[in-house]
Amino acid sequence: MPITEAQARSLRVNDTVSLEGTLFGIRDATLIAMFARDRRTRLDLKGHAVIHTAPNVRKVPASPRHPTGYAPVCVGTTTSARMERFTQPLMEREGVRLVIGKGGLAAGSAEAFRKLGGAYLAIIGGTAALETTWIEAIEDVDLDDLNPESLWRFRVRGFGPLLVAMDSHGGSLYDEVDRKARARRANTLSQLGVK
Amino acid sequence: MKVDTKQVEDVARELYVRALKMLPPDIKEGFARLAATETDATAKSVLGTMVANIRVAEDTENLLCQDTGIPIYNVTIGRGVDVEGADLRAAIRRGCERATREHPLRSSVVHPITRKNEHTSCGPGVPPIHFDFSDEPDRLVIEMVPKGSGSENNSWLRMAIPAEGVDAIKTFVVDCVLDAGGKTCPPTIVGVGVGGTSDLCVALAKRAATRPLGTSCPDPEGAALEESLTRAVNTLGVGPQGLGGDSTSFAVHVEVAATHITMNPVAVNMQCHSARRASAAFTPKGVEYGF
Repeated sequence: MPITEAQARSLRVNDTVSLEGTLFGIRDATLIAMFARDRRTRLDLKGHAVIHTAPNVRKVPASPRHPTGYAPVCVGTTTSARMERFTQPLMEREGVRLVIGKGGLAAGSAEAFRKLGGAYLAIIGGTAALETTWIEAIEDVDLDDLNPESLWRFRVRGFGPLLVAMDSHGGSLYDEVDRKARARRANTLSQLGVK
Repeated sequence: MKVDTKQVEDVARELYVRALKMLPPDIKEGFARLAATETDATAKSVLGTMVANIRVAEDTENLLCQDTGIPIYNVTIGRGVDVEGADLRAAIRRGCERATREHPLRSSVVHPITRKNEHTSCGPGVPPIHFDFSDEPDRLVIEMVPKGSGSENNSWLRMAIPAEGVDAIKTFVVDCVLDAGGKTCPPTIVGVGVGGTSDLCVALAKRAATRPLGTSCPDPEGAALEESLTRAVNTLGVGPQGLGGDSTSFAVHVEVAATHITMNPVAVNMQCHSARRASAAFTPKGVEYGF
């Protein structure tokens, strides 16, 4: 990380990727502050990935290993759908290319991925113990008055493998699954004896 | 049997941490069952990652999921138990706060309007502490359920009318599972409340969702619904994490209560795959931890 627009556009639904280097953690309160209240950050998100998270951290003395005075205890990923409205401004104002989260995003985000060149990578929700082992350190933190929903900068190694679940070409695994599931609804209800 | 409230405070603290780190054996068996019958390749891989996570959590003594949830305590007081109720309730709340401050744990609890986080996992009305009574002599049990919000945000209540009959229940459950999609971190335990008042109906759904796998509804009609709905929900193909597959749900659990002549309430509450639960039993022999 960071990646270019071309690299983001080369990702296709069902590809698997792993991240190396930098990953930013962000969540509801962070995004509300940044975009509904127009707060700015000194951190540079251009070309980077953000993950929807509010990590469990422990306060420690600041050191080269823990420069922010925070050590990661348990870092997992939250439901992305609540933050659907922020994908477009994240990409447009801050230059973000990849959104990592749980459960998918909707049409507005799909359009932002298409127009600006981005993708959604699916984390397996509820696997924080495993995910925490992919995080080497918390390198920086901003908007920390919103703790734990601060803007975090993680250093990551082998973060993944993650499934590309939405791409810049209109592909969405969530739409596919939802469409097929809803098509099965009538049959399922009839099997249950529903008139 | 006299119960020491200081010990209750320590137990309440211990239960929160245990629940977050150790998955109950019935849930692990649920995963083994689903992994054995899953036919979709992506779904198999997703289930595999979930199972790997359980191992890593045990090996690193870490939390299974980062969502420490809303802490819920369910207390069952048996016969001949000598305890001052108000003190018991205060001790549990203190234990919950100490777990959060001392471990430390992420406090996921905020004031609903100011959104201020006191970093204690406590606030007005939280932790919810429920009391029930049993006929078991010399026994007090505290069950702790950290309820994650990914699943909790997918809760519904419908006040159907009697003319719609049981079909209303079946249709509602199927539609809730479709609407939840991947947002609840399937595979889920789908808890269904049938009957009661509106709030009892929702409470029944929560009890159903947090009941151990392998238990059934004490009401025979409810038990029959559990079987048919479990099969039905797993034909929809939502799959683990909503990425497709057979393993949408470990089970559908139902809880039943009587209701009014003109009412037909049905509620759905979901428990995610990180179906965390811990309990402690106070007996004359001491405190025994379990699930």
